[in-house]
Amino acid sequence: MTDQLKHLSEKVTKGLMTRREFVGRAAALGVTAAVANSMLASAAKAAGPVRGGTLKLGASGGESTNTQDPALTASEVPLYNLRHWGETLVDVGADGNIEYRMAESVEGSADAKQWVFKIRKGVPFSNGKDMTPEDVLMTMQRHSNEDSQSGALGIMRGIEDMKVDGDNFIVNLSTGNADLPYLMADYHLMIQPGGGMDDPGAGIGTGPYTIEFDEPGVRHGFKRREDYWDSENRGFAEFSEQLVLNDATARTAALQSGQVHMINRVDPKVASLLDRAPSLSVKSTAGRGHYVFIMHVDTAPFANNELRLALQYAINRQEMVDKILRGYGSIGNDFPINAGYPLFDESIPQREHDLAKAAEHYKKSGHDGSPIILRTADGAFPGAVDAAALFQQSAQAAGIPLEIKREPNDGYWSEVWNVQPFCASYWGGRPVQDQMYSTAYLSTADWNDTRFKVPEFDEMLLAARAEIDEAKRKEIYSKMAVMLRDEGGLILPMFNDFVGAIAANVGGWVDVPFGARFIIKAPF
Amino acid sequence: MHPILKLVAQRLALGLLLLFAASILIFVGTSILPGDVAQSILGQAATPEALANLRAELGMDQPAITRYFNWLAGVLQGDLGTALTNGRDIAESLGSRLGNTLFLAFWAAVIAVPLSIFLGLLAVRYKDRWPDKLISGVTLTTISIPEFMIGYVLIYWVSIQWGLFSSVAIINDSMSLGQKLNAIAIPVMVLTLVVLAHMMRMTRAAILNVMQSAYIETAELKGLGMLKIIRKHAFPNAIAPIVNVVMLNLAYLVVGVVVVEVVFAYPGMGQYLVDHVSKRDVPVVQACGLIFAAVYIGLNLVADIVSILANPRLRHPK
Repeated sequence: MTDQLKHLSEKVTKGLMTRREFVGRAAALGVTAAVANSMLASAAKAAGPVRGGTLKLGASGGESTNTQDPALTASEVPLYNLRHWGETLVDVGADGNIEYRMAESVEGSADAKQWVFKIRKGVPFSNGKDMTPEDVLMTMQRHSNEDSQSGALGIMRGIEDMKVDGDNFIVNLSTGNADLPYLMADYHLMIQPGGGMDDPGAGIGTGPYTIEFDEPGVRHGFKRREDYWDSENRGFAEFSEQLVLNDATARTAALQSGQVHMINRVDPKVASLLDRAPSLSVKSTAGRGHYVFIMHVDTAPFANNELRLALQYAINRQEMVDKILRGYGSIGNDFPINAGYPLFDESIPQREHDLAKAAEHYKKSGHDGSPIILRTADGAFPGAVDAAALFQQSAQAAGIPLEIKREPNDGYWSEVWNVQPFCASYWGGRPVQDQMYSTAYLSTADWNDTRFKVPEFDEMLLAARAEIDEAKRKEIYSKMAVMLRDEGGLILPMFNDFVGAIAANVGGWVDVPFGARFIIKAPF
Repeated sequence: MHPILKLVAQRLALGLLLLFAASILIFVGTSILPGDVAQSILGQAATPEALANLRAELGMDQPAITRYFNWLAGVLQGDLGTALTNGRDIAESLGSRLGNTLFLAFWAAVIAVPLSIFLGLLAVRYKDRWPDKLISGVTLTTISIPEFMIGYVLIYWVSIQWGLFSSVAIINDSMSLGQKLNAIAIPVMVLTLVVLAHMMRMTRAAILNVMQSAYIETAELKGLGMLKIIRKHAFPNAIAPIVNVVMLNLAYLVVGVVVVEVVFAYPGMGQYLVDHVSKRDVPVVQACGLIFAAVYIGLNLVADIVSILANPRLRHPK
């Protein structure tokens, strides 16, 4: 029980649970409110930050082809690079709320069509110049340019026009979007001097570090800036270095032998073994990322909703979480939203593993019994091939003939995903529900990888987007989730945790449900 | 012209022709892979318009033959071009990677070549007795284990348990030679274990072959010691096959160590090539391919010439 309480109190400190929830849960374990509160206080008494020293991160997700251009950033190492030297208008904090960075405040109009960001004054870029609202405007213009290759182009598309008015940066939308501030937290949108139009990969921004050396695919080094505007809260290490260690064993070995202080992407298979070592601790963060099997709802045999339901009931979600994620994750409910999102409706009933129902729906579907081909690859998500095999077995038990076709990793995202009617894939999640749904479930979305095209769903999405009243929005989102769950082409067995590990002498770890942020208090 | 000079010139010309053929093969190979560079750069996060824009910017909309000859013209003028993916100068990035690869290969060779030849001689000296069997047994075991496995085992013991050497072999220009050697110590051990058996067995076989000859028996009969016979009479006549296998292994140390590079995060050419292959960065792949092919062809050329020089019958043709 004490372990459980300790775990719960850590969750509160990390902001994953509210104080009230904690006291409630503790009461369920037979602890009085007073004791619970005092436990919380001791857990929250984190050691103050220690400044200086060198922090080394061993990271996977880097290649010798990487650049520092935020528009082209797509994997972890370049993302961590951006977080060193750059900052966005706003951030999404550990509690899921907006944290102001380059913007001091933001205000939306009643119809959520106009958003005014008040830009912070006296924040210097690492080239010595002060950041101005014009720089913000030019950055946004670069990312919204149709010729740009920015990963944020999709976000910028809804913007009708942008302008600068005094200290304010004003965005006008064609249709209202209550989530716009969240979209501005996208990591591509690092504010660069002159919008980075002349030299997008220069690595000049307002972040806590400047680039010392930059060897793509090998290592990246950063030095703390003396003139950083928010040194109270960020950038504690004097030097920060990233070593690109793509091999999982090399990464864990480097941490164990003390050559790096933190690593990302710990293989769930070894995480619990690794956690036994006294010199380090494994950190897992519940996230919005999820692993999926996706069916094209417009292609036979998946056009038949009964067959889709049969497959959805046939998958054993808990087994997937236990065997594929080794417990580092949670079960999914066939829609891409979990408690990590604001306005999530917890009352939607969980779809259970039910072979009888699966067999019943399969029978109703009238499928001719020919094998249903499921394409998978090691690169689809970690453990995708094993997950497909588990799925095949549980489907077999319900009398559904699944056939696994293993594809090469190379070219999987261009030749299989979003092309073949049934395959394994993953999503990293998005900061808000609207963005997740707009990216993959709107009729017109480029990445509508289940071909889910329902006008009613689109209408609800647009209505929710412009709705300022949170209760009403939550209700609409709940309806959408149920619709997608019952009619969509998505089999979502699990949400994966992000698992990393840090050396025992690193303090100040902060879990952020979405992506990797850099708040580090180096202990040297 | 001296026959040897003529021979070298012939071999060189043939080598260049082979290089040209190799460049075409690599180009065709990269062209028929699924996906393209724009798709690979933007990854799953690619929208059709971003793809089209990037393709146009990278010149991917031109026919393959035009792209190939443009590139070839550049290379002949010493310009390898810039990487499509991150816009860096290829010659510059490749230069430091090649330097690292040669550095690792050099130190592995410095240890592995003398060691394997020495062990080979020793095995011949104690043929069919326990030292011979022990040497063969151990080296054949290490060549049979996949190199990443040897790497992991050595990392576990040498780095994590004993703390002797670093498990991460990332080196850079600001490190001293000592620091660099410390960093590459474990990869050098792995590579040595991997190439040892091949060279050792070949040395043993070549010398044993010579040992059957009548003149060895003569040497024995005039009372020479075994090691002296091997050194003075057998070894010089066995040089040609040994040099051949040594060169093959050196070539392997340069072009075939990508697995070791990944395990130790060593910034060599193998990893650099693999990254760019997976991104369809054709100019870089071509450049790497050419260098690898040049290394292979060059080392084999050396092996040929050495075996000719080592053989009096070929050295002084009638």
